[in-house]
Amino acid sequence: MKNIFLFIRQYINFISFLLLQVVSVILLTTSSKTHETFFASAANEVTGNLNSRYSTLRSYFTLSETNRQLAEENARLRNQLSGNFQAPDSSRIQGRDTTIRDTLGRFRKYTFLPARVIGNTYTLQNNYLMLERGALQGVHKGMAVTGPSGIVGVVVESTDNISKVMSLLHRNSKVSAMLKKDNTAGSIEWDGTDPSYLTLKNVTKSAKVTKGDTVLTSTYSSNFPSHLMVGTVAAITADPSSNFYTLKIKTATNFFNLQFVNVIENVRYTEQIQLENSGKQQ
Amino acid sequence: MSTLVKNIIRFMLFIGVQVYILNQIPPLHQFIVPYLYFLYILWLPFGLGRFPLMLIAFFFGLSFDYFTGTMGLHAAACVMIAYIRPFLLSLLIPKESTEQSYVEPSISSMGWAPYSLYVGLLTFIHHFYLVLLEWLQFGSFVYFLGKVTATTGVSLMLIFVTEMLFSRKAKFRTNK
Repeated sequence: MKNIFLFIRQYINFISFLLLQVVSVILLTTSSKTHETFFASAANEVTGNLNSRYSTLRSYFTLSETNRQLAEENARLRNQLSGNFQAPDSSRIQGRDTTIRDTLGRFRKYTFLPARVIGNTYTLQNNYLMLERGALQGVHKGMAVTGPSGIVGVVVESTDNISKVMSLLHRNSKVSAMLKKDNTAGSIEWDGTDPSYLTLKNVTKSAKVTKGDTVLTSTYSSNFPSHLMVGTVAAITADPSSNFYTLKIKTATNFFNLQFVNVIENVRYTEQIQLENSGKQQ
Repeated sequence: MSTLVKNIIRFMLFIGVQVYILNQIPPLHQFIVPYLYFLYILWLPFGLGRFPLMLIAFFFGLSFDYFTGTMGLHAAACVMIAYIRPFLLSLLIPKESTEQSYVEPSISSMGWAPYSLYVGLLTFIHHFYLVLLEWLQFGSFVYFLGKVTATTGVSLMLIFVTEMLFSRKAKFRTNK
């Protein structure tokens, strides 16, 4: 017994070194998998508060750019107003069919919640955004996030007033996407090299891809609504060993100056996820 | 200003500069990340024991991790250099004269050559360990080699600039 104490006393430094290393590695592995370390929420409120102050300061420098983006988005949305389309004849043809069924039968699936970006990294290998909108304001884990010009990421953690978003610029990020031209689906990932380019993997070689093709979110995603802008094809590489293309995608979102984003709530998200997972357990 | 107060202010300054200035710089290349924050650990006083040194390094790394969202990654690297620091110091400087008469490592207290060796080695070890941990999660061997060399180079340049800008006067230890 005495020898054990002597041993511990002699190597106290080395033992404490090992202990601290083990603690950090455990923190690292658990947090990157589940994003729920046991005191992360409390500290997120502290860093969130600091980040929010800093971003209000910074937002003044990008005001004109933010303005331009919002004005562009406004113009795009205004162009989609039904008042802009004059189609007196077609409405008469469809009138009997659609009015009743649409007003009664259709229901809302997605709700868009605006949120301010108070923290954003793009220099690391695993990047996150912080939003000043949390569980009390209706943001929950798994919700999709889009910016004014394209999709941004997925919410991975939310405290009362702050939420944390896994950016598309994250090694583990995976979003289902498709080519606008012929709806060929693939998955959007990031290889960690350049924050303005993503990779679209698993696109079948039968798809007729050309440079400049638009890539949208696919209809298979459980959190993203379909047909949201992701980016445009910048380069095409055919993998000789497999039947798939790997496409380099220029992101539509400019990750360097994000100020405001929309969090998208899917009303049937939990239902869909439950059904998807129920098959896996068997 | 007492050493304790000075180091507390430094703690906040280093984290602030790293999070709000260096991490905001648009990336030039995948391999290049400007890290400066760990200089705080190299600047800690001689008089600290090895255990308090590691504890401070752990909390310093962890508080930086909270901002970047990579829990424990930088903390592990900081603990690593805090553990190695005393070995290196005892190798590089004559213990009796320097540690008794100066408060903390600097160019003027250690001399040009030993100080740059001390900074260079610890910077390399820090990045080596940091990128190794990243590499175990993802990435290839080329990524590992490239990032270690590029990041070490950028960090050394930043440290050099910092030393030039804020020349710390060698403080003699007084008998109080």
